[in-house]
Amino acid sequence: MGVFTMPSLGADMEAGTLVEWLKQPGERVDHGDIIAVVETDKGAIEVEVFEAGEIEALLVDPGQSVPVGTALARIAGDGHAEGHVSDDAGIDTDKPPAAAAAAVSPPEQKRPPRIAAELRASPAARTLAADRGIDLAAITGTGPDGAIQLSDVESAGVQPATAHSNGVDPSAMRRAIAAAMGRSKRDIPHYYLMHRIDMAPTLSWLSKYNEARAPAERLLLGVVLLKAAAVAVGDFPDFNGFYKADGYQPSEAVHVGSAISIRGGGLAAPAIRNTAEHSLPDLMKKLRDLVARTRRGELRSSEIGDPTVTISSLGERGVDSLWPIIYPPQVAIIGFGSPRTHPWASDDALAIRPVMNVSLAGDHRANDGHRGALLLRHIEELLAHPEDL
Amino acid sequence: MTDLTYREAMRGAIRTAMQEDERVFLMGEDVGHYGGCYAVTKGLLEEFGPQRIRDTPLSESAFTGAGIGAAMNGVRPIVEIMTCNFSLLALDQIMNNAATMRHMSGGQVTVPIVIRMATGGGRQLAAQHSHSLEGWYAHIPGLRVLAPATVEDAGGMLGPALADPDPVLIFENALLYNETGPAGDPGSVDIDHAAIRREGSDISLITYGGSLGKTLAAAGQLAGDGIDAEVLDLRVLRPLDDDAILATLAKTRRCVIVDEGWRSGSLSAEIMARIVEQGFWTLDAPLARVCSEEVPIPYAAHLEEAALPSAEKIVTAARTVLGR
Amino acid sequence: MSGNPAKVRLSREHCRTLLHQMLRIRRFEEKCAELYTQEKIRGFLHLYIGEEAVAVGVMQALAPEDAVVATYREHGHALMKGVPADTIMAEMFGKQEGCSGGRGGSMHLFDTEHRFYGGNAIVAGGLPIAAGLALADTLADRSRITTCFFGEGAVAEGEFHEALNLAALWQLPVLFVCENNLYAMGTALDLSESQTDISAKAACYDIASEAVDGMDVVAVEVAARRAVAAIHETGRPRFLECRTYRFRAHSMYDPQLYRAKEEVEAWKERGPIRRFKTWAFEAGELRESDVAEIEAEIAREIDQAVAFAQDGTWEPVADLTRHVGAERRP
Repeated sequence: MGVFTMPSLGADMEAGTLVEWLKQPGERVDHGDIIAVVETDKGAIEVEVFEAGEIEALLVDPGQSVPVGTALARIAGDGHAEGHVSDDAGIDTDKPPAAAAAAVSPPEQKRPPRIAAELRASPAARTLAADRGIDLAAITGTGPDGAIQLSDVESAGVQPATAHSNGVDPSAMRRAIAAAMGRSKRDIPHYYLMHRIDMAPTLSWLSKYNEARAPAERLLLGVVLLKAAAVAVGDFPDFNGFYKADGYQPSEAVHVGSAISIRGGGLAAPAIRNTAEHSLPDLMKKLRDLVARTRRGELRSSEIGDPTVTISSLGERGVDSLWPIIYPPQVAIIGFGSPRTHPWASDDALAIRPVMNVSLAGDHRANDGHRGALLLRHIEELLAHPEDL
Repeated sequence: MTDLTYREAMRGAIRTAMQEDERVFLMGEDVGHYGGCYAVTKGLLEEFGPQRIRDTPLSESAFTGAGIGAAMNGVRPIVEIMTCNFSLLALDQIMNNAATMRHMSGGQVTVPIVIRMATGGGRQLAAQHSHSLEGWYAHIPGLRVLAPATVEDAGGMLGPALADPDPVLIFENALLYNETGPAGDPGSVDIDHAAIRREGSDISLITYGGSLGKTLAAAGQLAGDGIDAEVLDLRVLRPLDDDAILATLAKTRRCVIVDEGWRSGSLSAEIMARIVEQGFWTLDAPLARVCSEEVPIPYAAHLEEAALPSAEKIVTAARTVLGR
Repeated sequence: MSGNPAKVRLSREHCRTLLHQMLRIRRFEEKCAELYTQEKIRGFLHLYIGEEAVAVGVMQALAPEDAVVATYREHGHALMKGVPADTIMAEMFGKQEGCSGGRGGSMHLFDTEHRFYGGNAIVAGGLPIAAGLALADTLADRSRITTCFFGEGAVAEGEFHEALNLAALWQLPVLFVCENNLYAMGTALDLSESQTDISAKAACYDIASEAVDGMDVVAVEVAARRAVAAIHETGRPRFLECRTYRFRAHSMYDPQLYRAKEEVEAWKERGPIRRFKTWAFEAGELRESDVAEIEAEIAREIDQAVAFAQDGTWEPVADLTRHVGAERRP
C-alpha cells in the first residue's frame, strides 16, 4: 500500500492545487508515470508517481488546494522494487537538527586589554553621573560584567526613595550622599551669607489663616518659606540653574528642591516643578504628598533630577542656623533655621520677636556675595507680606 | 639598510619569489613587454621569460579565473590587475570561485593565488581609475586582503601571501609606488597583524594603505598642538586585527578612522561597529572618521583633492573628538 | 547510429558499459527526483535525463588523471568521473559524508581524488577555471588534459569568449564540450544568440571544433576520442558541440511554459538509451537479459547510495565556519 502525496517541487513551494487527475481508480500506474496536474505559483506542472500498482482511491478532488505532503491518492502497490526511502515518506526521522541559535557560539566578545581597575560605565551613565555629581565608584553597576548603566545612576540618586522604606539600603544612600557632597566640597567654591529676619508678620498672618480652617487645610510655615524662596530666585536667575562642563546655564523654570530627612537616616531633595506658579494651598498639598512619598520610597526620578535650586528648612525643632552644601550641578542652596523668640531692636526700643536666620550657600563660579545679599533681602521682603505669596 | 622605492620593493619581492619557487609565475595586462602599467614588473620578462611573465589579453575574468584554476592545480600564480576598478570585470571569479571553492568542496579544493591590484585616487584619473574598493573585497569570507603602506611591507608581504593556502588580495595604492623608505627585513613581515606606526596616548588614528602618510602628517601637526596621537596601520583588511584595534582604543579611548573608501558601508564603518561591539565600555568620546566624499572621483585637481582624505581633515576630526 | 558505428569496433563488453553507464545516470537521477518530492533533497535539483550520452560518451576518452569541470547539472559527469554514487547522494542529502561534505549540494559536487572540479553554478564561470587547470599542467609539463562541460547558454557570456581566446592563445590542453540542449533555462537558443551555430564561435578563436549528435553515445565517444588525441598531439584546445535535449524540467519547480510537449516527446523518441539499446539488440551485442542484469546492478547501487546518505551524519552546527580558510597556515 502506497500513498501518493502532494510533492514538494521547490523549497519555496508550500502548497499546490490539484487541477486534474490523469489516472482513475482501478487504473495501473508505473514508476515515473504522470498521474496528475498540479497548479503551483509558477504554473501547472505534471507530477509523476514513484510507485507501481493499482490506484485504489483518489483522496483529493480537482480544484482543491492542499499543502505539500498531503495524501492525494492510495495506491495498492506491487511492492516497489526500489528505495526504502519512500516507505517512510511522510514520517521522516532524518531531518537535520534545528540550527538552534545556541549551537552556534556567539562571536567571541573580545576584551580589550583592561586598564587597571577599569570602571565600566556607559557614556550616558557617565554624563548623568557628572551632571548630578555622583561618584561612579560608589555605584554598583547592573549592566554586563557589572558595567554601570544609565538606570544605575538614576537609581543611585534616588536610592532612599526608590526602595520602599523598609527596603531602603542606608549604606547605599550614604554612599550616594557621600559622593554628591564630596564632589560639591571638592569642586564648588562656596561662599556663605546669613541674614536675620523678623518673622512676626509672617507668623501672625499664618496663624490667622489657619485659625479658620480645618487641620487638613492649614498651612505650615515651611510651605510659605518654599514659595518665598521660589519667587525670590525667579528674580535672581544667577542662583537658579546648573553649572556644567560648559559653564553656568541659568534655568528659565524654577523647580525648588526641598531637603527631606528620612527616618532612620539620610535625606533626599526632590523638587516641586514650577514651584512659584502654585498657590500656597496647592503647594501645601504637593509638599505633603512629596514628603509622604519620599519617606515611602515612591519618588519619580524626574523629581530627583529636576531641582534648579534647593532649600533646607530645619522646621520648628531645629537650631538657629545652618550652612548648607550645594547639590551639584545647582549653584545655590538656601537654609532656613528654626524661628525663635529673640530680643529685637525696633524703633530704638527693645522688643521680643520671632526671629529666623536665613542662610545662603552660593557657587562663586556662578554668582557673587553682593547678589546673594540682595537675594536674602528679597526673601525677607516677600516673607513680610505673606498674603501676596 | 638601503632605501628603496615601494615599486622596487614590490619588484624585488616578485623576483625573489620566482627565484625561490619555480611554481610561481605572474600574469596580467602589460606585465611583460610594457613592463607593467606602474613599471612594477619592468625587466622581469627578460629575466624569467614569457612562460612565467605572461602578458594577458584584456580579459580580467578569464585570466583571473585561469589563475584560480592554476592555483587549484599545484602552481602559485600572481595575478596583476591594472586597477581595482578593472577588477570588477573579474569579480565573478574572485567572489564566486576563489573565495568559495574551499568551502563549496568541503575543504578539498584550495586556491593559493595572489591577486595584486592598484587602488586609490590622487592622480587626476577621474571616475573609472581612482577608487578604493578594497573595503568591498574585505567583505568576502574566504579572502585575505592586504594593504601594504610602507616600503618594508611592499617588499615583505608577497612572500607570506604566496605561502598562504588561500587566496590573498594585495591592494597597492598607486601614489605609494614612488615613495622611498628602508627596505626592512622582508622575512620579518607577517600578514596577520596591524602595526603601530606612531605611539601616542590622546587619540588613536586608525588607517591603512595610501592614507598612512596623510595620517602620520596629521599626527605630526597634532603633536605641535600638544595632542599626542597614536597611529595604527591596519595592514591586513581581512581578517581585521581586532586585538590591535581594541588595544589602541583601550589606551586612548578615542579614535578617528581614516579610510579612502566611501563612507557608506565602508571598512571604516565595520571598524566602528567592532569597536562598539567589543570596546564600548572603554570609549570616552564619539567615534569619528575621515573617508572619501560620496562622489565618483572627479577629474579637476582641486575637486579631487576635496574628495579625498587629507591631513587637514584628519586633524580637524581629531580635534573635534577631543573637544579642542 | 551516426558515423557508421560498425567501424568503431564496439565490443560486447564496451556496449554493456555504455548502456550501463547511461542507465546508471538515468536511474540515479530518477531516484533523485523522487527524493526531492519527499524533501530529502532540497535546493535546486537540475536533472541530466535525456543528455546522458554526452557525459558517458566524452568520458570514455578521458584518463583518470584528466580533470573535469562541469556545471550545476553535473550528477552524470560526477558519476562517470568515478565519484561514488554513495558520496554524491549523501551530498545531496546535505550529509557530512557527501563528496563536498554537505557544503555544496546538488550544484557543487567536488572530488579532487577523482579530479572532479565541480559543480560550477555560475554559467560560464567554469571555463576560465578549466583554462587555469590546463595552464598549470602545461607549466608543470604534465601530459594531461582538462575537460570543461557547459551549456549553450554559456556562449552568451563574456567568460566563454575570454576563456576560448586565452586557451587558444596560450595553447592550453582543454577540451571544451558544449552540451547544447537548446534552452538556457527557459530561453531558446534562437532567442538569445545571433549566430546559433555554436561550433562556428569556436572556429573564430582558431579552435578546431566539431558538432556531433549528442543523443548518440557512440558518435560522442568517437568525436571525443578524436578531440582528445588531437589535444595530446598538438597541445592545443579542441571544441566539441554535442546537440542534445533535456527531457525534464530545468529544475524541479518548472512548469515548462517555454516549450511544447510535442517537442519533448519527439526528442524522447530519439532518446540516447532507447536508441543505443535498440541498436545493440539489433546488432546482437546485447540481450534483454543483459538489461535486466544491468538494472538489478544499478538498483542495488542506488539502494545502497540512498541508505548511505540516509545513515549519514549531520555536521555539527558548531563546525559552521569551517572550510572558509585553512585551519593551519604557515
